[in-house]
Amino acid sequence: MLDAALLKLMDAKDYYAVLGLKRTANADDIKRTYRKLARKYHPDVSKEADAEERFKSIAEAYEVLGDADARSAYDAAARRPQGRQKSGPPPGWDDSHEFGGGKDFQGSAFFDELFRRQAAGERVPRARQGLGGGDQHAKARIDLEDSYRGGTRMLLLSVPQSDAQGLVTMRERQLEVRIPKGIRDGQHLRLAGQGDPGLGSGAAGDLYLEINIAPDPHFRVDGRDVYVDMPVAPWEAILGAAITVLTPDGSVQLTVPAGSTGGRKLRLKGRGIPCTPAGDLYVLLSIVLPPANVEPAREAYRQMRDAFADFNPRRSLEA
Amino acid sequence: MMTTFDPSVMVGILVEDEVQFTLVELSRICHVDIAQVVALVDEGVLTPSGDNSGNWLFGGPTLRRARRALRLTCELELNPESAALVLDLLDEIEALRSRLRRLGNH
Repeated sequence: MLDAALLKLMDAKDYYAVLGLKRTANADDIKRTYRKLARKYHPDVSKEADAEERFKSIAEAYEVLGDADARSAYDAAARRPQGRQKSGPPPGWDDSHEFGGGKDFQGSAFFDELFRRQAAGERVPRARQGLGGGDQHAKARIDLEDSYRGGTRMLLLSVPQSDAQGLVTMRERQLEVRIPKGIRDGQHLRLAGQGDPGLGSGAAGDLYLEINIAPDPHFRVDGRDVYVDMPVAPWEAILGAAITVLTPDGSVQLTVPAGSTGGRKLRLKGRGIPCTPAGDLYVLLSIVLPPANVEPAREAYRQMRDAFADFNPRRSLEA
Repeated sequence: MMTTFDPSVMVGILVEDEVQFTLVELSRICHVDIAQVVALVDEGVLTPSGDNSGNWLFGGPTLRRARRALRLTCELELNPESAALVLDLLDEIEALRSRLRRLGNH
């Protein structure tokens, strides 16, 4: 099924090493190992930091080693030393989880060549029928500020494209996309006509862009609500204070009510994700004790101890 | 004042708020046979409106759930029943993670 010219293009990725198998592994070993690793690293169920990248490699290895013909071709090619070439998504773009049905699969150069012929038919089924192009899926990561403010973002995509003969090649696309204000993590944008262009006079498919909000060092996003921890001094909590809270969209003044305790949750209504209805911003107070590394500070704590002689923080633990 | 739109800037439709899919559309977008989507409806994974498959309508948020279920069935070689169970457990994990976020634990 493969000719020598195709094999020259192969990526020297060691699929056996990816699955942690010896070259002598039998078909059952390969299947068993793949299933175990797939369960561990599947991006929908795994929280491993590099799950998507690992799963992509595992799935690619199994597509080849799990198919007797492809495995033979791979083994034959692997006996000839080739230069290693690295493939992967362009920077800033997360397209690595596109495996559904094997039709969106984006693998290494070797994988692309190996499956080029059948992929041509599978990836653009509508185009082969002389109809419009297929719909495509991709992911884009934005910052929380982008959701608060909206605006345009330049995104780089790696998408399959079919030529007049139905051969599929990967190509990079740059798209400037308007990010609607208030978009939430996991929501999709449908870009009409930006999917596979199809063949002949057929209409192009649509591009479905899954938007992911990148983790923020200060804010935690939960649906339409946003949470932030806010350190306060003991006297601010006890006596009350007006403090400045930085939100993802500028700062606001917040009144800390007198008598607040650590862990108190203050709500800034409508200051969460600006969707409809807008989410809320929750400020969680945490009381920070001032350090007592100089004598005047230690003296202040002594005076406090004396002033609160009756205070017993462990009263509830006593019989 | 006129607002100038750059024609090169793509303006998308927010699927979750503005789109509904028929059975045929959802199957096409997910690159699967209609029978695979019907199987997910039968398992209660997807809940369309409409009284028969000919007039089913799936809300925009279905896209994410359907693609997730189909990835599980395809890539982990699960049957629809198992995928439904995994999705229920993933929903529960997400609800627990959501509680952690609200409590201030990352």
